Amino acid sequence: MELNLNIPSWSDLRFWLPEAILCITFLVALLGDLVVRGRRTWVPFAVSVAGLITAGAYAVAAMNHGLDAGQFQGHTIMGSLMIVDGMAGFFRLLFIFASLVTVLFAWTSEEIMGKRRENKGEFYALTVLLTAAMMVMAEARDLLMLFLSMEAVGLISYVMAGYMRTSLRSSEASLKYVLFGAVSSAIMLYGMSLLYGMTGAMEFDGIRNALISGTVDPFALLVVVVLILAGMSYKIAAVPFHYWCPDVYEGAPTPVSAIFSVGPKAAGFALMIRFFYTTFAAGTDAGTQLVQDINWPLLVAVMSVATMTYGNLVALRQTNVKRMLAYSSIAHVGYLLMGFVLLSSAGLASILFYLLVYTLMNLGAFFYVVAINNHLKSEELSDYVGIGFRAPWAGAMMVIFLASLTGVPPFAGFVGKFYLFTAVLDKQWFWLAIVAALNSVVSLYYYFKVVRAMFLSTPAEGTDMSPLKLHWLQYVVLAMLAIPTLALGLFFEEFKGLADMAIGMMGG
Amino acid sequence: MGEHILSWMTFFPVIGAAVIAFIPSERKEVIKTVAAAAAAVPLILAVQLFMTFDRTTAGFQFIEHYTWIKSFNIEYFMGIDGLSVPMVLLTAFLSFICVIASWGINKSVKGYFALFLILEAGMFGVFCALDFFLFYVFWEVMLLPMYFLIGIWGGPRREYAAIKFFLYTLAGSVLMLLAMIAFYLHTSDPVTGGHTFNMLHMFDQANHSEWLQGTNVRHVLWLALFIGFAIKVPVFPFHTWLPDAHVEAPTAVSVILAGVLLKMGTYGILRISYPMLPDQALWFSYTLALLGTINILYGAYCAMAQTDMKKLVAYSSVSHMGYVMLGMAAMTSAGINGAVLQMFNHGTITAMMFLCVGVVYDRAHTREINAFGGLGMQMPLYFSFFSFALFAALGLPGLSGFVSEAMIFMGVFPVYRTITIIAALGIIIGAAYVLWMLQRVFLGPKNEKWDSLPDINAREMFTLVPIGILVLLLGVYPMPVLDLMKVTLNNLIKVVAG
Repeated sequence: MELNLNIPSWSDLRFWLPEAILCITFLVALLGDLVVRGRRTWVPFAVSVAGLITAGAYAVAAMNHGLDAGQFQGHTIMGSLMIVDGMAGFFRLLFIFASLVTVLFAWTSEEIMGKRRENKGEFYALTVLLTAAMMVMAEARDLLMLFLSMEAVGLISYVMAGYMRTSLRSSEASLKYVLFGAVSSAIMLYGMSLLYGMTGAMEFDGIRNALISGTVDPFALLVVVVLILAGMSYKIAAVPFHYWCPDVYEGAPTPVSAIFSVGPKAAGFALMIRFFYTTFAAGTDAGTQLVQDINWPLLVAVMSVATMTYGNLVALRQTNVKRMLAYSSIAHVGYLLMGFVLLSSAGLASILFYLLVYTLMNLGAFFYVVAINNHLKSEELSDYVGIGFRAPWAGAMMVIFLASLTGVPPFAGFVGKFYLFTAVLDKQWFWLAIVAALNSVVSLYYYFKVVRAMFLSTPAEGTDMSPLKLHWLQYVVLAMLAIPTLALGLFFEEFKGLADMAIGMMGG
Repeated sequence: MGEHILSWMTFFPVIGAAVIAFIPSERKEVIKTVAAAAAAVPLILAVQLFMTFDRTTAGFQFIEHYTWIKSFNIEYFMGIDGLSVPMVLLTAFLSFICVIASWGINKSVKGYFALFLILEAGMFGVFCALDFFLFYVFWEVMLLPMYFLIGIWGGPRREYAAIKFFLYTLAGSVLMLLAMIAFYLHTSDPVTGGHTFNMLHMFDQANHSEWLQGTNVRHVLWLALFIGFAIKVPVFPFHTWLPDAHVEAPTAVSVILAGVLLKMGTYGILRISYPMLPDQALWFSYTLALLGTINILYGAYCAMAQTDMKKLVAYSSVSHMGYVMLGMAAMTSAGINGAVLQMFNHGTITAMMFLCVGVVYDRAHTREINAFGGLGMQMPLYFSFFSFALFAALGLPGLSGFVSEAMIFMGVFPVYRTITIIAALGIIIGAAYVLWMLQRVFLGPKNEKWDSLPDINAREMFTLVPIGILVLLLGVYPMPVLDLMKVTLNNLIKVVAG
């Protein structure tokens, strides 16, 4: 076998500017935190916000440039380790947006900043680094890079989950995360080594070519797929690899849970889409044939149904809002997996659109919990009684997020589900669509248990009903999420186009 | 406003709600006045619609047609025909009355009226939408305001009633959603050849794909749509949300619930299921007649057993919606015209009954039938209004309920003889529960506890008198409403029954 040495050229790195900016921002924020002593935690905060905005601006510019040229099939970076294409561009914007609003909101969170704002700014630096690592996950097109980027996201996540050093819950969450992460990484690594042994290739298109041209034993391939899928399912918290998820989300500080529930999950989906689509589908019949041989659709459909049903049914019984949102995020992974069943471009585009919508509404719901936690020091449903009337505008926005998570029009969550259902029904997977539809009815009950506590239930005698004063920044960020949640439910043409384009312009 | 009259009707209440959101919450009178104005404009437009509607054509009028979401071929497509026009008029009329009837609301006034106006917008939208996606969005938009209106301003068991209403309706509508997507994927636009949500294209069987022409597929789609609509009607055995929701809801919301929302179920069947799946409509018609009869009898018997006035009226709605289904199942001109007329008449009559129950509840804070007695002497004016409404409900000739029920029976008798005879028993049971309640509340020895109850006041009269006039007028001369709809409905029968 000819050894193909790709000498990386520095000029490639110009396509990697947003990631580079974020890495520098991380260092500056960390150093700034060390150098500027005292109570000036705004330094890392401001540096992070500025870095994220700059990186975002470059990412938008790169996206526009690619779109104007009519082609965004991608520029490979560092040989063939990574690729910046339409899909990577989509996820870049998604991650930067999610991190930016999280950083902004964390500024007002007592869990992060401490009661007297005595904590330092590590949180901001870590979030920035996490963003860069997640972006690499969406760009990896080589088994080595895939593993490295996943581990990078994992390591940063372990630290962030244990952010509240003095809290036992937070440390427990971190430890659980590490243990589960290590096991699943090992499983995935084993699958990857088998795949390398079968194909002799590391990069995804090389693997595809080897799989198509050589004769691959379907059973061996099934083992490989199951092992790799297991590792990735851990990342997105799909049943049966979800056990870490509720404990970690409940134990970690709420802003951290918020970014966990969307960021690494979306990155996991990006990775899955790129890996499985380029190795198995990507327009070649032979590749799709491989998928048929191992009955991929049924495998994923069963996983999807199990995940959404489990998440929804267990969420029904929760009395802690944060833990309930953790189970709800498992259920949403189930919906997302529906789009993955057929590896069709419509299905994958519907995943991207849903991820966008899900980011808005799920961050919104978590942030509301942060805002309330500042005042109540509790996430228990029973303490939420009457809270809606104490801060009506924030309460109304929470209702928008919850209704959207349920999938009720005219909110964006409905459009996301509609798009997923259409993709699935188009290929005549009726039972999957029916189960998913009934699942969203079930989810109504627990989402509206929160609404019920906030607005419907009569507070007990003597309950404090004075208006809550929320930080102005909290209103701004909640509105930044609530307005698109409503607007995307009514006018989704542009963003649907963006998702379609991202899949259409996925480089091999 | 002439060009976009339907859009103005639909979205003017939303503008009103937005304005209300920015009025300080202690300015209660201002909020109520703005709400009344926001509900009055659609009423004025409704009068204009009534004057200018062309009664000689079965086609759609006042059409507004724009592209909304191009990649899915979703359109903003509004228009009305003889089937929707009575419903639009009813909605405009009852919504305005209900805003006036809600003047006594004192808890979170701002939220109440804002939500009420959004609800009104959703109702107009459902009756005007000609794009299936648009229809679905409006259909669901009503759920959230309704949930809060029952859940925040309702009675003691409001939390339970609100979520039950929401869960039942959502369960029905997700089935409708899946059926809608199936129709979308298998209907092609005759011009472009792409998928379409345009209902008019879905009505034309030639646009259906081969898959959509399969009998089993059509049966399943019919059932999915039917369950979605049946929960709203509500058809036995999907009716159990209704008594809870009605009893707990505040008076004005009960009026809207019974007066307009229930009609959406039967409207949906006539607007969507019948023309899209005409052969299945025929296949199902006998079952529909049976279900209608069950509704009539079961609803009437349940009403007789109630001791709570509001629950009695709620069950009477189940019974009266049974007549509508029976008329629809007949597939004859008299039957279907009677059914839609009954939808309109039930809207007005039941609104009067709920308003009357609200009057006594506001004063006595109880609705227990047995807690009263001899109230006729104490509140003579109220007695006459309530008995007027109740007589209309039992189908007294000269009042509007009689006309539509008679038409339904005339229409259905030649088709389903036995069923009609059994269903006609419902009239007798109906008379029984109505008269029995009247006797227990207003006649007999006076309960001294209620000596201080004042009679009906001017605002309450203002809400009841216009409805009363309408009920009387349509009882003597129903043509104004029948003229609106008969061309469209006779055409519908031609489509379905050939």
